[in-house]
Amino acid sequence: MAFLDALMAMLASPLMQRGLLVAVLVGVSAPVMGTYLVQRRLALLGDGIGHVALTGVAMGWLAGSAAGLTPHDVLAVPGAVVAAVIGAVLIELVREKGKTSGDVALALLFYGGIAGGVLLIGIAGGTAANLTGYLFGSISTVTSLDVWLTAGLAALILGIGLGLRPALFALSHDEEFARATGLPIRALNILVAVLAALTVSVSMRVVGVLLVSALMIVPVAIAQLTARSFRATMTTAMVIGAAVCITGLSITYFYRLSPGATIVVLAIGVYAVVALARPLFARPARAKDPHLDAEDDVRLQEGT
Amino acid sequence: MPDASQPPIRTQKLSVSVETGTILHGIDLTVTDGEAVALLGANGSGKSTLIKAMVGIVPITSGSAEIFGADITAARRSVPWSRIGYVPQRLGPSSGVPATAVEVVASGLLHNRRLRTGRATRKKALEALDQVGLADRAHDSVQVFSGGQQQRVLIARALVRDPDLIILDEPLAGIDRASKEALARTLARMRGNGTTVLVVLHELGELAGMLERAVVLRHGRVIFDGLPPSAAPGHDHPDHDHVHAHADTAPPGHTVPDLRSEW
Repeated sequence: MAFLDALMAMLASPLMQRGLLVAVLVGVSAPVMGTYLVQRRLALLGDGIGHVALTGVAMGWLAGSAAGLTPHDVLAVPGAVVAAVIGAVLIELVREKGKTSGDVALALLFYGGIAGGVLLIGIAGGTAANLTGYLFGSISTVTSLDVWLTAGLAALILGIGLGLRPALFALSHDEEFARATGLPIRALNILVAVLAALTVSVSMRVVGVLLVSALMIVPVAIAQLTARSFRATMTTAMVIGAAVCITGLSITYFYRLSPGATIVVLAIGVYAVVALARPLFARPARAKDPHLDAEDDVRLQEGT
Repeated sequence: MPDASQPPIRTQKLSVSVETGTILHGIDLTVTDGEAVALLGANGSGKSTLIKAMVGIVPITSGSAEIFGADITAARRSVPWSRIGYVPQRLGPSSGVPATAVEVVASGLLHNRRLRTGRATRKKALEALDQVGLADRAHDSVQVFSGGQQQRVLIARALVRDPDLIILDEPLAGIDRASKEALARTLARMRGNGTTVLVVLHELGELAGMLERAVVLRHGRVIFDGLPPSAAPGHDHPDHDHVHAHADTAPPGHTVPDLRSEW
């Protein structure tokens, strides 16, 4: 079987092994934070953080070349992590202050992040072309250090994102009630922001800054078409995330396509198929009347 | 730790201001243990803001609010949150991520010292849903629930923690009569068990029989504090000019301990 042989050859390649490992880790962990963000109507937060992370990449690059480190971008990912965390906490603090100026502040971070990245990479002696790998992903060049970093961050995201699910669910579902129930709202909000920032930094290697939010959001969008509970939405999204990341990356082993773009297009394709097919597989209407058997407040006849 | 003998609610000169003006002007209100109090007033009188300030949702501009003796601003961490059940008026608009009734009710088990739900979570949540007559829909997404059903979920979310003080924001708004009567029975039963009740209302309606004290707000000030106005037409309630269609259905002092009859 030529196809199986090709598949075995793919799995035997150390580069693909590392790539697939990173893809699975990212595919599973990104939708966890994505579920909370979608529930809080912050689906675009990941984009904002991603733009800020780009400035972090350039700052890491600048620091690396200033310190004379040999691959100039060895500090790029750590720089992205730091910048993304700071940016996410800033966005959260602005959001807490009031809603009216929130989207403007978010926009400022978007533009500032991209412009700062391009500016700093120039100062570091590079060109904007050096940023391309971070804008669109460069999973085909992951090192074993990247794998360890990704594994560590993914463990953190999964550990907290799943371990504190009841509290994070309560916060995302009804923030006012969560406050009235005594939960430490500010600490949890900042925790969500920091975890979202870490997710963005991790996912950046796979799909790039410009598509990073897609990995967090699209699997959740697919899952919520079929699930009835929050738990099922999150679990389904994790499975879908891992599946599209592995499949998309494998496709690019055989065809010269951008891995990040392939994964995202694949995910959106799955969304379209599920959305179209859902009515065909919808469970039959409940046998019993879904309406309550309540007494009418309206009296149809006088003198009862 | 707060003293057990402290009143469930005590506000002193509580004021709340926003950019557009002052909503509450120096409210002094004490609710003692086991009382059932109605907070009445016209739309915009500040009654919802007052209870939101009491539970820490709305920031207090000056003065103080204490829950069981703990200042909710200065000593937020030492407030015995697990003893308070809060029922907001409505569940906010859905974001599209589904959540079942059990999941929503289970979040009522969390408080400042508890960020994860324990083993008995599911059982407790199902019991609370049973009390409001929604046990058979426990695993359905609340997104598809009607307004009245969603409100019962919110009540179950407050009941699940077995509170010593329950605060409800306009629980009679927009639900049918059977639900109102069932809510009255649930609250009467809780009162019988010694739970303190504070309920924001537009009119006493079905709850008239179980409330022993009324506090009326107007323009952010307490203008009346005493026995509840009579439910009959012509009482001195500031906005009583609607027809009390069901005033005859809630005889005062009715004690119906039957918990889970026809919601």
